[in-house]
Amino acid sequence: MSKTEKKLVIFSDLDVEKALKNALQKSRPDIIGEVRDSGLKGRGGAGFPTAVKWNLAAAAQGERKFVICNADEGEPGTFKDRVLLTDYADQLIAGMVLAAYAIGSKDGIIYLRAEYTYLRKDLEATIEKMRGKKMLGKRILGKDGFEFDVHIHMGSGAYICGEETALIESLEGHRGEPRNRPPFPVTVGYLGCPTSVNNVETFITALHIVEKGAKWFKTFGTEKSTGSKLFSVSGDCEKPGVYELPMGITIKKLLETVGGEDAKAVQVGGASGTCVPRKDFDRAIAYEDVSTGGSIIVFGQQRDMLQVAINFMEFFCEESCGQCTPCRLGTETLLEGLDLLDEGKCSLKHLRELCSLGETMQLSSKCGLGQSAPNAFLSIVENFKSEIFDTRCSCR
Amino acid sequence: MLASEREQLKAEINKMAKKFDYHRSGLIPVLQYVQNISRHISPESMQDIAEAFKIHPVEVQGVVSFYSFLSIERKGKFVVRLCRTISCDMAGKEAVANQLENELGIEFGETTDDGMFTLEFTNCLGMCDMGPAMLVNDDIHTRVTPEKVADIIDSYRNRFGAHVTHGEHA
Repeated sequence: MSKTEKKLVIFSDLDVEKALKNALQKSRPDIIGEVRDSGLKGRGGAGFPTAVKWNLAAAAQGERKFVICNADEGEPGTFKDRVLLTDYADQLIAGMVLAAYAIGSKDGIIYLRAEYTYLRKDLEATIEKMRGKKMLGKRILGKDGFEFDVHIHMGSGAYICGEETALIESLEGHRGEPRNRPPFPVTVGYLGCPTSVNNVETFITALHIVEKGAKWFKTFGTEKSTGSKLFSVSGDCEKPGVYELPMGITIKKLLETVGGEDAKAVQVGGASGTCVPRKDFDRAIAYEDVSTGGSIIVFGQQRDMLQVAINFMEFFCEESCGQCTPCRLGTETLLEGLDLLDEGKCSLKHLRELCSLGETMQLSSKCGLGQSAPNAFLSIVENFKSEIFDTRCSCR
Repeated sequence: MLASEREQLKAEINKMAKKFDYHRSGLIPVLQYVQNISRHISPESMQDIAEAFKIHPVEVQGVVSFYSFLSIERKGKFVVRLCRTISCDMAGKEAVANQLENELGIEFGETTDDGMFTLEFTNCLGMCDMGPAMLVNDDIHTRVTPEKVADIIDSYRNRFGAHVTHGEHA
């Protein structure tokens, strides 16, 4: 499925059963220690250190603890989890077992987005197969006193449920509205129990790390963004698809790999990410520079960037949960502004007010959705202001 | 909905809710089940579901109205969801949208008079490298072109029994 020639981390060979068996020989602190040494950060986009999350969940007091796989991949332009769920489901489940062992959990849930219902059957077959091989259930791979099982919970079509506290609300049968934090899910999560919510790619990467070592993992990537990352590449390029590339790769190099050298701009991180214009293609894709959960959308020279901004803002207007005012009203107001721009009826004074509103939303929204909703708007207005004004005129 | 049908569905709802010990975490699975067989969640069903979980019906409605795959209005037997997000948009989703409207004779957001098809836009389907993409119920279709639209629609229209069984829960 992958178009990458070199196998780095995730697409490197792994004997799943052997890796899990080796991991279960280690002590719990050793596993978390290995993940900590690797510098692995959450691959869903937020970039929270995985070992810190696991350590907090391990230390938290609770009769039950939960390991939840966030398979609610909804960020526009992201489809790497779809590939992983299709071709690497056994590694995902083994990664969940590993996390469960590390934090002391018996219960796992895969929160699968409704749009991926067609993946459910094969996923369930894999779960059943792994039960048969004693990689799930009681006494996993002969390890006394360790039991863990997973079940699939289907989403019902809401982007916001990719946010971990909204996901938990949804699991509990509520509207997917994010919770106030703290308390964080690692102490008060699903059903009030300590819960670790991790992305599909994070579980798989952690499994490789524990088997092959933090040192090996750190041979890829940069000092602050270790390892490799899966990129979902779409838009105006010759070879769209899923690529595994080292962290810290420049946008220019990535575009050469996918056949998109002519691009005018690249959206890194999906609708909630940043639009990077051609002059900045030397920037690196990494947590310390341009961060992404994996979405790379390439825009060719012919693309109208204002239409791109409108498409993204319509997305946020629909997907805002409506709970907090900056996000609910801010997204609507920014969309109205974009429509004014499109009609050639937006004064620069109003545009400046809209940009200021965007910054307010970044600061005052309750969750990541509202905080990042203005990103595309702000970066497109900043970088393509002259294109927008030159091509629009209300008197035409 | 006939009274007997409501009773039948109510029994199913209670059976499912019991599997979850009537705990609220079973609410969405039950709603998904009802949506699946009745193609909507009627006010009567919301009452019955609320009763099973011992919560207020408004709580149920709040959940139903939040999620795009749950609906109060009755959907067609086949729900066509065309991805409207940027990659599919750039790959030619507008022409596909136009042809879907032509083939079905309805606009987006509408359901055909025979109750067979509902046409909707949806956000990213995760098929950005193979757009334009659309879901028909749970089936994914990729690289859809305007020419392919008629064949795809026909393949559902001609499914065995599709015309006979539609409206069974009316």
